[in-house]
Amino acid sequence: MKAVVVDTIHKSYEGGIRALSGISFDADRGELFGIIGPDGAGKTTLFRIMATLLLADEGTCRVDGLDVVDDYREIRKRVGYMPGRFSLYQDLTVEENLGFFASVFRTTIAENYHLVEEIYKQLEPFKRRRAGKLSGGMKQKLALCCALIHKPSVLFLDEPTTGVDPVSRKEFWEMLNRLQKQGITIIVSTPYMDEAKLCDRIALIKNGQFMSINRPMDIIRQFDLPLYAVKGDDIFRLLHDVREYKGVDHCYVSGESHHFTVADGAFDSSALLTQLQQKGHSAVRIERVEANIEDCYMRLAKD
Amino acid sequence: MREFWVFVRKEFYHILRDRRTMMILLIMPVVMIILFGFALTTEVRNVNIGVLTSEPDHAVEQILNRLDASEYFTVKERLDSPDDIDRKFRGRELDMVIAFGDHFSEKVFDPEGAAMQLVVDATNASMAQSYTAYASAIVAQYQQDMQPGAGRKGIVPNVVLMYNPQMKSSYNFVPGIMGLTLMLICALMTSIAIVKEKETGTMEVLLVSPLRPIHIIIAKMIPYFTVSCVNLLTILLLSIFVLKVPVAGSMVALCVVSLIYIIIALSLGLLVSTLVDQQIIAMLFSSMLLMVPTILLCGMIFPVESMPEILQYFSHLLPPKWYIMAVRKLMIAGLPVSFIWKEIVILIVMAVLLITISLRKFNNRLE
Repeated sequence: MKAVVVDTIHKSYEGGIRALSGISFDADRGELFGIIGPDGAGKTTLFRIMATLLLADEGTCRVDGLDVVDDYREIRKRVGYMPGRFSLYQDLTVEENLGFFASVFRTTIAENYHLVEEIYKQLEPFKRRRAGKLSGGMKQKLALCCALIHKPSVLFLDEPTTGVDPVSRKEFWEMLNRLQKQGITIIVSTPYMDEAKLCDRIALIKNGQFMSINRPMDIIRQFDLPLYAVKGDDIFRLLHDVREYKGVDHCYVSGESHHFTVADGAFDSSALLTQLQQKGHSAVRIERVEANIEDCYMRLAKD
Repeated sequence: MREFWVFVRKEFYHILRDRRTMMILLIMPVVMIILFGFALTTEVRNVNIGVLTSEPDHAVEQILNRLDASEYFTVKERLDSPDDIDRKFRGRELDMVIAFGDHFSEKVFDPEGAAMQLVVDATNASMAQSYTAYASAIVAQYQQDMQPGAGRKGIVPNVVLMYNPQMKSSYNFVPGIMGLTLMLICALMTSIAIVKEKETGTMEVLLVSPLRPIHIIIAKMIPYFTVSCVNLLTILLLSIFVLKVPVAGSMVALCVVSLIYIIIALSLGLLVSTLVDQQIIAMLFSSMLLMVPTILLCGMIFPVESMPEILQYFSHLLPPKWYIMAVRKLMIAGLPVSFIWKEIVILIVMAVLLITISLRKFNNRLE
């Protein structure tokens, strides 16, 4: 039995805003499934439907073999849900928050301590501190502990690493990999493309539609165009000038450089370099690069 | 059941850790009682009197002595001419002027009677009425003392002020304040407490848990119910020992009516919380829709009987009206419980209705 099955879900809000149009996917037991896309793509709506908080206009969704509409009460007992924004009690201490959520799910901290131990160990020195006074990374770790304390079979994490420093983000993903090994299915969303490769499979979402669902490696392998990266001192003017150049198909910002694809194999990077230098650009470097998930996303989003 | 009590404990933490809210919850009733009881009083006290007479007169002096000796009036000054009255009133130096006719002492025993005029600054109509009533009573008393059993008694209207013989306004305000404070604390605070969970997103997490919505609601209500009971106690103690309002009727009945009313207010708060998503809106909603009608339409300040008919009908729909009425009958008139069965039945029906509606409206999901 699949842990999560989503079948052609449609959802519109009042005022005719289409949040989701025809989303389908399924996740196996113990799978770490990532939903990758920018803000406003419909990730949170999808999570709320899976977590029984919203009703879809069309389509069905089953979690643990149970229907999210008919069996919502049973689902609520066995899933863990961590909403996008920090949703714990700021005026309760770390320990009180965890204890509260443990009791709400009819268990105790002691009973499932082994599940949260790795994460909670880092929080333990601050256990008498109010949750509102924790750093962003610590807050998310506490929220994860609270979502895990009842040993859920499926864990829904809506943008758990947004607003978290890079070190904590890395730690957070390591935790998810460990939890996965314990047989917990994890559905996670993120706007950070670099986190995608840490998932077993990912779905790239744009405007309420999945553009591609596959293993991260397979998605990258499907990228069949030559890809270049260009850097320079005046990065903003550079973007404009590269786009002007005949033969450059699609150029976009990627981190500290610009990535661009070219229309055909006849592209000569040294000709572009010469032209850019003529236009007064300094320290220009052009190199052939391997595509990453972001490049795949940009390519798919363009079509 | 354990998760339920853990939830209740958490709610108490929220209240106890927010010092400012705590202060508001516990001190506001005290401040209101003291404000309404003392400062915003319509009692007659320290009324400054001016006197207008043409000649020194024995009877006039005796009447003035009596007025001055009472705790209500102070004979401030003698005026030379009626033209001064206007100026003195405008300058707020005097509240009332008594003009005595010529040959007052002689005419007191005349069949025609002696002329005496009370001129009052009637910008505050109800106060003016009280002044004249008080002054007339003192004059009448004087007349009776002078001529016990004489035939002129009938001229002075025999006013009997029932239930509140000293016309203490605090008597009237206490039931009103009870209605207002309990409404404010129960309705406003519960609605804010629930909406806060929506606003911070914790409601989302709570919904995706085995907790039943009814448990969430009741757990939210219990702490405010407790606080309200403390407030009820404070208000009663303050009014009995500080404002000296006696509880003439049954204390048990008073508490029972109050508990029903607290439940109504709590479910109103719940109802508000199901309709709005932001704390600030919940606050406005509660204060505009619950507080203002309670103050204006439920007989707290203006008697319901003197309102336009349409507002009177409207006031029947407001729970505080019935509560205040019941408390007045119980506390001040000292009527037995059998006289308030109507109010009790209406309040119970309202409570059941409101709880049903708000539970129905409470959303299991986010939409």
